[in-house]
Amino acid sequence: MDQLQLPSVDHQHLVLDAALMLDCGTALPHVQIAYRTYGTLNTARSNAILICHALTGDQYVAETHPVTGKDGWWDVVVGPGKPIDTDRYFVIATNVLGGCMGSTGPRSARNGDPAALWGTDFPPVTIRDMVRAQKHLVDQLGIARLFAVIGGSMGGMQVLQWAASYPEQVFAAVPIATAPYHSAQNIAFNEVGRQSIFADPDWQQGRYWQSGALPARGLAVARMVAHITYLSEEALTRKFGRRMRRTSLAVFNDMFEVESYLQHQGSTFVGRFDANSYLTITRACDWFDLAADYEGALSKAFVGTRTRFCLISFTSDWLYPTAESRAVARALNGAGANVSFVEIGSDKGHDAFLLDEPDFHRTLAGFLGGCAEHAGLAP
Amino acid sequence: MNDAGRAGAPVRYVAKNMRLDLRLLAEMITPGARVLDIGCGDGTLIDHLYRTHGCDARGIEIDMAEVTRAVAHGLPVMHGDADADLGQYPDGAFDYVVLSRTLQAVERPREVLRQMLRIGRHALVSFPNFGHWELRWQLLWTGRMPNTTVWGRPWYETPNIHPCTIRDFFALADQEGYVVERWLAVDDAGQRSPWRRFPGLANMFGEQALFQLRRA
Repeated sequence: MDQLQLPSVDHQHLVLDAALMLDCGTALPHVQIAYRTYGTLNTARSNAILICHALTGDQYVAETHPVTGKDGWWDVVVGPGKPIDTDRYFVIATNVLGGCMGSTGPRSARNGDPAALWGTDFPPVTIRDMVRAQKHLVDQLGIARLFAVIGGSMGGMQVLQWAASYPEQVFAAVPIATAPYHSAQNIAFNEVGRQSIFADPDWQQGRYWQSGALPARGLAVARMVAHITYLSEEALTRKFGRRMRRTSLAVFNDMFEVESYLQHQGSTFVGRFDANSYLTITRACDWFDLAADYEGALSKAFVGTRTRFCLISFTSDWLYPTAESRAVARALNGAGANVSFVEIGSDKGHDAFLLDEPDFHRTLAGFLGGCAEHAGLAP
Repeated sequence: MNDAGRAGAPVRYVAKNMRLDLRLLAEMITPGARVLDIGCGDGTLIDHLYRTHGCDARGIEIDMAEVTRAVAHGLPVMHGDADADLGQYPDGAFDYVVLSRTLQAVERPREVLRQMLRIGRHALVSFPNFGHWELRWQLLWTGRMPNTTVWGRPWYETPNIHPCTIRDFFALADQEGYVVERWLAVDDAGQRSPWRRFPGLANMFGEQALFQLRRA
């Protein structure tokens, strides 16, 4: 394998002023959280929205990504005049704990020694640990209450955890295309991805950073499997069908377009993501089971909450199907919470929350507008 | 799109009566109350109750297009239906639970009423009266299922699977041990009429009925 290296970029960040106590019992000192902000914080400091990213997302929500050169991952949703309107709201986006875009994670120097990275020795982190780190950051930014916490997929799990752990600090919560726990099927797909990384000889028991080689093949396959779960059969059929891409004159050397697409997805991913981070974060998702922390009753996670919730799911999402959002909505009803719940018709699968879906965008904008009125935010 | 014209939607008030329904319901609800509107459509009533009565009003609606419209207007509405989505609310979560022109379209009306009075102190129920003289006359004279403005869908495609009369509703309330706190019937012009104090006459001339119930 080539000496492929992840690009080294200086990410805007903040160092937490106290050690972070993790669910595993480890106290992690000098935690660095990379973040970006968009818009302006008002004088009352009451218009802040925290955006939580999905498994392989990061803090570059609405600007050109410094590593990939691509548009921000939620450019269609966040910006001036967009559903999350940066003319009105102050948007904060972080890179999760355990990530690889500037926040402390397996690719960070262990104990400040740049020659010794954490690698697979990085302590296991949970969704709740990620949220704890975000809470420290929000506190350090001097924001007493977030107007909203919004996120899709794994970001939605963080939203649920925020609302459960810090209800007084969340005026509105928007968990999108998510679930209150990872199902056996979710865990199964993640495990295929992890095994494919382990099976790559370049992974070297997670110490690939010592040799300088990257387990690119394994990580690419992990990404390819995961990518299938983000799409629907209809979306795949519409985009690719059984069309072939002619690669040579020989008939059986041709390749289906869907193969070529997945290979492209896999190979571009390894240029921006760390394999050990992928292992850490997929495990955090798999361990997520919000009800388990509340005697198995999801309603108990939200007893007495005054947060206004808006749950959004998509018809063709089979990774986090509507039934799971509905279960959260019902649990919230059980806690007497204020809940909106919409299933958006879309054939684009789980990825619909990242794409141009006008009904979704109108719903999100309208919900936030209504909450802003209740919160007394200036129009 | 008009609700009344869409296949699968339960009978709803036509526009002129919609305002009346809202006004009558809103009159019965005390300011600042906690209200759940089941079958809230695009959320007109909950919006009205929030803006004019300062109520904490929420809605459940089965039609996803309506839910999307309501939430996009900033209203707390969730997708769900009366048969499946009342069970999870805690006892006494609301002061009023409203079921407007939906009772006749639910699968288990009696169970829905029980749930309404479990989760709310008062139930407000409105329904089109199947005892209206015009329906009786049509059935008697033509021997066919009645077809009127309110009951305008053929028997084989109506979502209104549990029609009842005003007297039927009184009988059910009695049988279930509910107290009828208030009731009224309105004619097709939406006027409350002198016969409103007499159930027998109201059952003949009232096109729509509105009941406020509580547990005994």
